[in-house]
Amino acid sequence: MRIGRRRLLGAFGIGAATSLMAACGTINLSSDRTRTATGGRRGDLIVYSGRSESLVEPLIDRFAEAAGVRVKVKYANTAQLAATILEEGPNSPADIFFAQDPGGLGSIAHFMTPLPDRTVNQVPPWARSPEGGWVGISGRARVVAYNTDKLTESDLPDDIWGLTDPIWRGRMGWAPINASFQTMVTGMRSVWGQERTREWLEGMIANKTGFYPKNTPIVAAVGSGEIELGLVNHYYLYRFLAEEGVSFPVRNYHPRAGGPGALVMVAGAGILDSSKNKDNAARFLEFMLSKTAQRYFASQTYEYPLVNGVPTERLLMPLEEIRQPSISVNDLADLRGTQALLRDTGALT
Amino acid sequence: MTDGPGSVRASATGFAARSAVLPVLGPAIIWIPATLVAAAMLLPLAYLIYRAAGAGVDAWELLLRVRSWQILVRTLLLASAVMIASTAIAVPLAWLTTRTDLPLRRMWTVLTALPLVIPSYVAAFIVVVALGPRGMLQQLLEAVAGIERLPAIYGFWGATMTITLLSFPYMLLPVRAALAGMDPALVENARSLGDGAWTAFWRVTFPQLRPGIAAGALLVTLYALSDFGAVSMLRYETLTWAIFVQYETGFDRSLAALYSLTLIGLAGAVLVLEAATRGRASYHRTGTGATRSQALVALGRWKWPSLLLCGSQTLLALVLPFTVLTIWLARGLSAGASLVPLWSSFANSALSSGLAAIVTTVVAIPVAVAVVRRRGPFGWFLERVSFVGFALPGVVVALSLVFFGANFAVPVYQTLWLLVFAYAILFFPAALGGARSALVQVNPRLEEAARSLGRTAVETMATISVPLMRNGLLAGAALVFLLAMKELPATLILGPIGFKTLATSSWSAASEAFFARAAAPAILTILVSSIPLAIMLSGTRAAKLSRVWRPLQ
Repeated sequence: MRIGRRRLLGAFGIGAATSLMAACGTINLSSDRTRTATGGRRGDLIVYSGRSESLVEPLIDRFAEAAGVRVKVKYANTAQLAATILEEGPNSPADIFFAQDPGGLGSIAHFMTPLPDRTVNQVPPWARSPEGGWVGISGRARVVAYNTDKLTESDLPDDIWGLTDPIWRGRMGWAPINASFQTMVTGMRSVWGQERTREWLEGMIANKTGFYPKNTPIVAAVGSGEIELGLVNHYYLYRFLAEEGVSFPVRNYHPRAGGPGALVMVAGAGILDSSKNKDNAARFLEFMLSKTAQRYFASQTYEYPLVNGVPTERLLMPLEEIRQPSISVNDLADLRGTQALLRDTGALT
Repeated sequence: MTDGPGSVRASATGFAARSAVLPVLGPAIIWIPATLVAAAMLLPLAYLIYRAAGAGVDAWELLLRVRSWQILVRTLLLASAVMIASTAIAVPLAWLTTRTDLPLRRMWTVLTALPLVIPSYVAAFIVVVALGPRGMLQQLLEAVAGIERLPAIYGFWGATMTITLLSFPYMLLPVRAALAGMDPALVENARSLGDGAWTAFWRVTFPQLRPGIAAGALLVTLYALSDFGAVSMLRYETLTWAIFVQYETGFDRSLAALYSLTLIGLAGAVLVLEAATRGRASYHRTGTGATRSQALVALGRWKWPSLLLCGSQTLLALVLPFTVLTIWLARGLSAGASLVPLWSSFANSALSSGLAAIVTTVVAIPVAVAVVRRRGPFGWFLERVSFVGFALPGVVVALSLVFFGANFAVPVYQTLWLLVFAYAILFFPAALGGARSALVQVNPRLEEAARSLGRTAVETMATISVPLMRNGLLAGAALVFLLAMKELPATLILGPIGFKTLATSSWSAASEAFFARAAAPAILTILVSSIPLAIMLSGTRAAKLSRVWRPLQ
């Protein structure tokens, strides 16, 4: 024990010094972080963002700069932020909820304040809440991501119904827990009806489709050849292409006959009823729908811009060429029914 | 602890006979904080009961489905398998690194415990990337031997392997402590009476290790019960997965609460089982008085298999994740990915984890006194209740504090303090384990002497007990520090708005498949949290140092 005392105290000293350094760092930082160009008041806008920091932070910084508003952002997973808002109730400090998917927005719909028409009317009707509680900011398409070493686009069925064919057994992956996937199944119930959707789910399960916790590992598994195709959102591919180069052997396929597998959905945002900064919040949404921001989504996150006059990134299939099923936003609302069906078929715990 | 073997023995018998030493320390400064700590530990439980009370018929129906029983069985299977596998790895490694002439023993002592610093979500992702059906290993084998596909790593075996590799150090540390503190005369006597080395091990050494194994098994089992990162990536549906699915999809908080209470029920059963083991083992607990250095066992021809065991464990649990992270980083950098500056994340991680370590250790002191100096039902209750947070997934604890914070404690809500409070609830057993086993070795007569010479209870604590407990407190603090460094869900949900740590930076990048950007903070997390652990492990003789970490003994 005597031998060790000095070293232990040394260890404690290092720890204390680190904490102290860290504390100083944090103090410096908080001044760096003040995102005001024109000296806006503190606590001007609080955003809960289910969209990842690496994607939207540069854009939010630009808004703070341009609007002279100090923006503070809490980044976490969309579902967990929705659960957080539900627990906080009317005491939520958040002004804006910026979600990955309409499901997350829908689950806290009763905490949202209706948006002005001139805001929501900037996007097409399929990209906004019918009640006006939230507005789509960017579009994302459901795709079949396939491994180009094993398959060509012509091997793939005209629509995803064809994936229940036993030839696909053991070659596919999906993420039934994922909100976008569930929205697609909700659309499927609307287009195909409950029974045919059940048959599809049962066919996919009979085909031993591997379940993954989310989209990223699916695209990684398609890339490695662990599976040959996966049902995902379109933009993950472009991150992998950026990291691993164009030789990454995965491409997206939008089902050529359309159908639920060609659904286009949105990531969106809304203003909380309890917000004390509704003006700044409205400016935030206006900014997100501005040409600047929409161009950013098109070029930096490879999503579909939703306002007129902003071109789609040329790597993507233009929205007009995707044979989107005609589904109204209201038809996409019944997530509970979808989850019951997913549980019933065993696709979801 | 600076006194000789004689007085240490005296203390061991002294405090057992002297269950009424409490007045020496003064009840108020012990019982009030201890009760407050117990109340804090019960907050998540209170929240879950409140939410579960709101459960409708449909939630109960979902809970009582056949499927739920399957999930329960899977959870039990996983926890048992991890516990057995951890014992199988931890006991030989503990013996090799304390009692033998294993080459580079000091180095192995540190390396074998280091997997503690690797976050489960990082490890699981890497296991899939490296050992998956078409992972890095397969690519290597394809080049060498033309193997096109490896058997799937997913499911029970993959999850068991991953969680075992991450959690067995929780058993390694207390078993090492028990081995190092053993009186070598026991084995020598057995040998002199004709037992062979193996017989002596099974008849003499192993029974002495039982409390250490039981304490380690408790932590390992609770870790396996509450882990989410590994079971989700390795696609093995356990209770934590079911809880996560509810939060992710239905926002059905009542069903999530019912599943969480089921999990707490399982943890409670494990705690009772552990207590039962201890009850029987207590009469031959490890003698702590041996200061005579122990003769090392010469491994002889067993040297190479032993090195192979240490090496393969280190390779899988440490070298593999580190290599994959480095490859990602290098590949991303060469492809032109830009690194975001990490200084602010590093500062925030160090600050919040440092505060968590200090606060948790300080509040562990009165609880340890209550548990050790007076073994009543309240002490028993306190000790068990301190495991509630450890047994729950971080997201559940975090949401319970969101509920209490946003509704009843608005001034601290979304401040650093609430986050530190959450860390304390989650990692309290680590600090308590250190404080408790250190206090066991402090002779209560010293405290009595101080009081009789006129020191107040607080002064006695501050000048006599705490300085003597220093090593145990530091070891506990180091563990809390590294656990807080890698914690993710509570940090995301409860951190002050705009608060980035190394863990959240890594998660944020990885969730969007920016692996190069995710790798740098992950590497930094592992390096920074290794420092205190490595110093603790190598700084003092294993015999003294690891003894301080024996929770629930």
